[in-house]
Amino acid sequence: MTGPVTGSATGPVTSPAPVLEVSDLRKAYGDKVVLADIDLTVNRHDVVCLIGSSGSGKSTLLRCLNLLEQIDDGVVRFDGVEISDPRVDPREVRKRIGMVFQAFNLFPHLTVLDNCVLAPVRVHGVARPEAVARATELLSRFGLGDQVAKHPDRLSGGQQQRVALVRALCTQPELLLLDEITAALDPELVGDVLTIVRDLADAGTTMVLATHEMSFAREVATSVCFLDDGRILEQGPPAQLLVAPEQERTRQFLRRVLPPSG
Amino acid sequence: MSDWTPSAHELERRELRRRQQLRTTLIATVVTAVVFGAVLAAILASPGWPSVHELFFNSHHAHDSFHAILKGFWINVKLFLLCEPCILVLGLAVALARNARSPWLTPLRILAVVYTDVLRGIPTILLVVLFAFGFPALKLQGIPNSLLFWAGVALVVSYGAYVAEVFRSGIDSIHPSQLNSASALGLSRAQAMRFVVVPQAVRRVVPPLLNDFVSLQKDTALVSSVGLFDALFSARDYGNFNFNYTPLVVVAGFFVVCTVPLARLCDWLQRRWMERERAGAL
Repeated sequence: MTGPVTGSATGPVTSPAPVLEVSDLRKAYGDKVVLADIDLTVNRHDVVCLIGSSGSGKSTLLRCLNLLEQIDDGVVRFDGVEISDPRVDPREVRKRIGMVFQAFNLFPHLTVLDNCVLAPVRVHGVARPEAVARATELLSRFGLGDQVAKHPDRLSGGQQQRVALVRALCTQPELLLLDEITAALDPELVGDVLTIVRDLADAGTTMVLATHEMSFAREVATSVCFLDDGRILEQGPPAQLLVAPEQERTRQFLRRVLPPSG
Repeated sequence: MSDWTPSAHELERRELRRRQQLRTTLIATVVTAVVFGAVLAAILASPGWPSVHELFFNSHHAHDSFHAILKGFWINVKLFLLCEPCILVLGLAVALARNARSPWLTPLRILAVVYTDVLRGIPTILLVVLFAFGFPALKLQGIPNSLLFWAGVALVVSYGAYVAEVFRSGIDSIHPSQLNSASALGLSRAQAMRFVVVPQAVRRVVPPLLNDFVSLQKDTALVSSVGLFDALFSARDYGNFNFNYTPLVVVAGFFVVCTVPLARLCDWLQRRWMERERAGAL
């Protein structure tokens, strides 16, 4: 596969266009509008955090970005190309975007290693030995070296979610979408997973993530978006949005999720 | 509900999607027509078609035999309607017996295991013949000795074994945590089965059960092997007398008319439940 290497990259920025550009996106289920007037730009090496209460549209937005949901209006551009065009093959887009889900969604009938090499071998046409080598290397880097031959249900939640991250990374995506990946984990396991995401961010991986971990967002995000009722009410650098938000609604939300001492 | 109107871009996209949809429909239609047309042409052009047409698709014989077949088909319908409830009850009872844990019920459990193993191993047609000719010979008092009754019992016993396995797999598929939480509420094992596990299991196995229904509907024709004048036997009777197979095709038509709606219902139910499960996973 000749595609660009993971955002980590060292190489020069190849295209001037933002990785992701969303304008006027709208999504409705029947009469219920779940996303409206969404504008969002993600540049290379950006880490964009989506925050907001449950049902505010964070997950749906992520799903729209890799075409798991069909949008009802607006434009989504990936690497300068409009991917919301019906003529675009969604598989070609998804090949270049990685996604990790809240519920891990590992394949229970495959070993950890086979979970990780499935897409590289079957979708990207990487030779199996090469895919295995890369997966093994990533797995051991994330502390899962002993687990490669096990089946997912033998692992703890935190380990499973790390495997899911590796599975997404094995295809060397240019953009990583993380949908509340720590929400289903025990508090003590959250740290392990977040450490990995922090490392990825440090390495320059471009990411959009929905999260409830405010302190993590403050540390890692280049920009934070507050979603409320399907709209981006406010967005800006974490230092500004999480500390001195302009909107009353945002302040309300933050008061509820942040520890009192703030 | 709002002042939103689709942008020009979106309208263009909808038009594009509509055209893509149109193209899909067009391909589906053309491919279907070509494939079925070719099959039909191959049949009609085959050298033996005229004689097959005369022997199997003769409208005169179809018309003549129709009434006798209809009368016979009533037996099939009656058998199906009477057997099906019995099968459901027997199947569920056997499945529950296999899942029983009380030491007092051990003989019952063994019986249930032997029953499902043995009965599923015997061809249904053999059971029908054995039951219909064997049991009346016992000259039992107080129960009917007619061929029809014992043929029906054979169907119930044979299908009961299959249905029991369907129910059992449904019961086994309910996660143990459900039993645990029922026990935690103080329910006995029997109560947990009755109020928690079985209701969920039954819903889950309806599609495979309907599949067995469809199968039973046509297997009622097996009673013709003991000389009962059901649809198939009536048709064979007419055909042997008139040297024509058309009545058999008519019988096939009867069964299809009855089984296809049931099969559609099956598919529809399965799809609905799949959609519901998927929505839950989202």
